[in-house]
Amino acid sequence: MVRRGRLRKQIVVIGQKNKGMAEFQVRTMADCMAAGETPEVLFWVGCAGSFDDRAKKITKAIAKILHKANVSFAILGSEESCTGDPAKRAGNEFLFQMMAMQNIEVMNAYEVKKIVTGCPHCFNTLKNEYPALGGNYEVLHHTQLIQDLIAQGKLSVEGGEFKGKKITFHDPCYLGRGNGEYEAPRVLIQKLDAELVEMKRCKTNGLCCGAGGAQMFKEAEKGNKEVNVERTEDALAIQPAVIATGCPFCNTMMTDGIKLADQSHVIAVKDIAELIAEAAEL
Amino acid sequence: MIAQLIFIALLGVGGFLAYKRFLFVKRNILMGRDVAMEGNAADRWNTMFRVALGQGKMFTRPIAAIFHLFLYLGFVIINIEVVEIILDGILGQHRLFHGIGGVYNLLIGAFEILAFLVIVGCVVFLIRRNVMKIARFHWREMTKWPKSDANIILITEIALMSAFLKMNAAESILAAHGVEHYVNMGNLPISQWIVPFLQGFSDGALVAIERFCWWFHIIGILAFIVYLSYSKHLHILLAFPNTYYSKLHPAGQLSNMSNVTNEVKLMMDPSAQVVEDPLAPKKFGAKDVEDLTWVQLLNAYSCTECGRCTSVCPANQTGKLLSPRKIMMDTRDRMEEVGKCKDAGLEYSDKSLLGDYITFEELWACTSCNACTEACPVNINPLDIIIDLRRYLMMEESQSPESITTMLTNIENNGAPWAFAQADRGNWTKE
Repeated sequence: MVRRGRLRKQIVVIGQKNKGMAEFQVRTMADCMAAGETPEVLFWVGCAGSFDDRAKKITKAIAKILHKANVSFAILGSEESCTGDPAKRAGNEFLFQMMAMQNIEVMNAYEVKKIVTGCPHCFNTLKNEYPALGGNYEVLHHTQLIQDLIAQGKLSVEGGEFKGKKITFHDPCYLGRGNGEYEAPRVLIQKLDAELVEMKRCKTNGLCCGAGGAQMFKEAEKGNKEVNVERTEDALAIQPAVIATGCPFCNTMMTDGIKLADQSHVIAVKDIAELIAEAAEL
Repeated sequence: MIAQLIFIALLGVGGFLAYKRFLFVKRNILMGRDVAMEGNAADRWNTMFRVALGQGKMFTRPIAAIFHLFLYLGFVIINIEVVEIILDGILGQHRLFHGIGGVYNLLIGAFEILAFLVIVGCVVFLIRRNVMKIARFHWREMTKWPKSDANIILITEIALMSAFLKMNAAESILAAHGVEHYVNMGNLPISQWIVPFLQGFSDGALVAIERFCWWFHIIGILAFIVYLSYSKHLHILLAFPNTYYSKLHPAGQLSNMSNVTNEVKLMMDPSAQVVEDPLAPKKFGAKDVEDLTWVQLLNAYSCTECGRCTSVCPANQTGKLLSPRKIMMDTRDRMEEVGKCKDAGLEYSDKSLLGDYITFEELWACTSCNACTEACPVNINPLDIIIDLRRYLMMEESQSPESITTMLTNIENNGAPWAFAQADRGNWTKE
């Protein structure tokens, strides 16, 4: 383990990005319970955040930010399960409720009060659809929690490499229209001293990336264009240096769109958490 | 006296036909299943005032909103004049309210300006639909009838308002000539410009014009009320209850199916205590209009087919079959069909909303992004219907795209939509 950590560190010195997780240990709720501690916040990682290689980088960025701000947090680790969101949107309420009730049982056993998550789909489901099944928590999207941490003086954000850069924000449907949060991500971009530019369709009028409603897991129906291509064109029209996202699925869709347009060398697609972590060289 | 009797008879016939149609519409809406109302009345009134009365969501598209506001104000305010016309007709009076003095002339002047603005609005809308051919008025579901329906209403409005102005112009000349009954309303802002065109006519001809316009106006309004119930223009009434009953919780939240909750609870723990929800439906999801809630059916009758939902739908914009407006139009068409079959005592279960009207391909193109619900100026929710139909497909017929079945199996077996082991969830902490 030690050697592995050292190796990672060497890579980090060269790249200054995507440092490994060797600097601190992310604990699970089970670890904490065994140690007799109750963490203040549960970091709900989500399926993409746990398994998708690209999304894992976002997960690590969030963990580093929480660690940096001295937030007492833990994950569920192998006790976490799908929230059931894609099942519910696909129409399988049985499977959704089974997943939800199992998750609620686990979380209630750990007396979870506050949850932060990097996935707007998990966020929406945990926040809005779990209460009817006995799961009542304060649920925050990571951009909301980071905004709170800055407001409380627990975290300071400087522009770093993004200072003055043109950054646009792609609103995830389940954060924006779904839950009315348009400001937190934008406030954070402004904290980076970046130039926040809006696509022609933004906020309430933002265009979906094409992944929601369980579309992520199937081929698109017959049409003349992919939704993510349509959305990428909105971004290309304003030529930002970075398309900021707040959802691992949007991130995938936009990254694919930019690749397809052969613009990967000009436009980066990054989660707000990654921008903040990179700016602070975490 | 004869005129009075004819008038009362017309009023009776018009009222009766409208009443019958409105009962039909009401019964159709109440075919839907009952649903518990969340939240409090104050929030609901607030939504209604903001969205329907205040036209709050119209102004995201300012050009259409301004002209629509002309029609809206015209409709609401000019109808004060209709009260006078009806009383005149019943009592055999002429301009009953003229006695109130200068205010009357001021009011008529204001009505004239509004009438003029209504004409301007209608002309602009006819141009937008038929000359500029704005895309959202010409999608696939905008077949012959929906297009004619819109044009009929706009042309009728122009005709009614023109009759109102012409009537006033004729009256001004007759009053100036001192013809009995006719009242002097001063210098009216709009009809004074019509006066020169009528100057050459004899008093007799002018009386005929004035009377014709008066009858045309009131018969037109009665016909309009009956026509409304056959038309997409029902929104002018239903926008109010529709916004009142629209959902208060965050748009991202889908309803909880309490009938499923009980089954899942018993599945997880056979000794679990469950409370039966009296409103829980027998089916899982919706196959036909009667499986939808009455609020969803009210939504369908409130739709004026403006197509804002469809014009922002990501699926529709990328050439997919789905159009949220079509979901609402199909629901309404099917509801009318079921209603007629019920009245005639005919069987209607050989067809259903799901499959015969709305197809699998349309349902599966939805990303549940809520762009349609956000765009709707009267808070209609096509997504709710799409989800209920998907629920039926999934839970009653086990129908879903193959990749979705795989995804669901993964969730069931590994707790993730992909085939990764749950035990590996925390691996990122060590990478």
